[in-house]
Amino acid sequence: MMKRDQALQALARHYQDGIAVAVYQTAFDWMHIRPHDLNYFCTGAMGQASSHGLGLALGAPDEKVIVLDGDGSLLMNLGSLVTVANMAPRNFFHFVSQNNMYEVNGKIPIPGAASINFDHMAIAAGYRHAFSFDDIGQFNSEIKGILELEGPVLVCMHIEPGDFYPLDYVTLHSEETRVKFRNALKSRLQSPLQE
Amino acid sequence: MTLPIKGASIIKAFEDAGIQSVVALPDIVTCDTVLWPLSSNPNFMFIPVCKEDEGVSICASLSYCGQRALLLIQHTGFLDSINAIRAIAVEYQLPVVMVVGLQGSDPDTHPNQSKSIGIRALGPICDALELRHAFVKDEESAISIVEMIEAAYENSSPCAIFVPNPPV
Repeated sequence: MMKRDQALQALARHYQDGIAVAVYQTAFDWMHIRPHDLNYFCTGAMGQASSHGLGLALGAPDEKVIVLDGDGSLLMNLGSLVTVANMAPRNFFHFVSQNNMYEVNGKIPIPGAASINFDHMAIAAGYRHAFSFDDIGQFNSEIKGILELEGPVLVCMHIEPGDFYPLDYVTLHSEETRVKFRNALKSRLQSPLQE
Repeated sequence: MTLPIKGASIIKAFEDAGIQSVVALPDIVTCDTVLWPLSSNPNFMFIPVCKEDEGVSICASLSYCGQRALLLIQHTGFLDSINAIRAIAVEYQLPVVMVVGLQGSDPDTHPNQSKSIGIRALGPICDALELRHAFVKDEESAISIVEMIEAAYENSSPCAIFVPNPPV
């Protein structure tokens, strides 16, 4: 099992300046680990992260888009795996934090907690690649290469809580966050990063 | 005498309003004359979804990229997606345009007086959500489709365009 914040810190080291869609506890961690105007937190309804990410990936095909989803969230929108795979955006990277519970909603176990396998589901849906990690050392050593693959890619991160980060719902849903994102993306699309 | 709206007129309205992407789940009312032609029209990126609320999110996020999209669905899917519409389209004030076929609508009865509660409730639900909406039935109303889409993107606000009867 990996500490969630350690896994996100490893990811952030290799993804410093791109679009990131994040939800719930992962979003609260991520906004402190990688503060950036291209963080997209306003997904509005539970389960919708992958769909927002798909729209961004299709609308900005030259930009990488990472989605930091939750296990309970993805279960609410499993069909999106098929929708994403069907559109096959090469710039789409789907990270699922699997802690087998609804962490911010009372820590109740998700259905199928003992057996569910998101990386297998992704491959069955048609994702190009899927991985599963429960060891931070292995995740650290492989994440850079994974981010260089052609999407859609799903990475299941078996995690447990790390350090505590405040539940900042105001930032999560604020108009200011949306305006910052819109302006940052507009600027990026006008002046893409040179890799 | 008013003529029933044509599917081709609806598609033309989408083109005139600058729509680039159509996100859709099949709807029996608009399927033959709107969805099938759109699905192979090279002027649009066609994005089929498995569930309607996915489309609310996809249209919303495409708008951040400066792209115009619309969601073509059936009213049952609209009802199923109310929370996503409430949060993403209405509360976030995003230009989510929904074109919604009314499955089972009686052509001689205004939807607000429909025997079907699912159809009769649509107007009041939109009013409660402060969601701009219109019913398009005849050829003359095709222009209102363009106007509603233009207003959605100019004002960054959602709208629902209900199609009660199968376009010809």
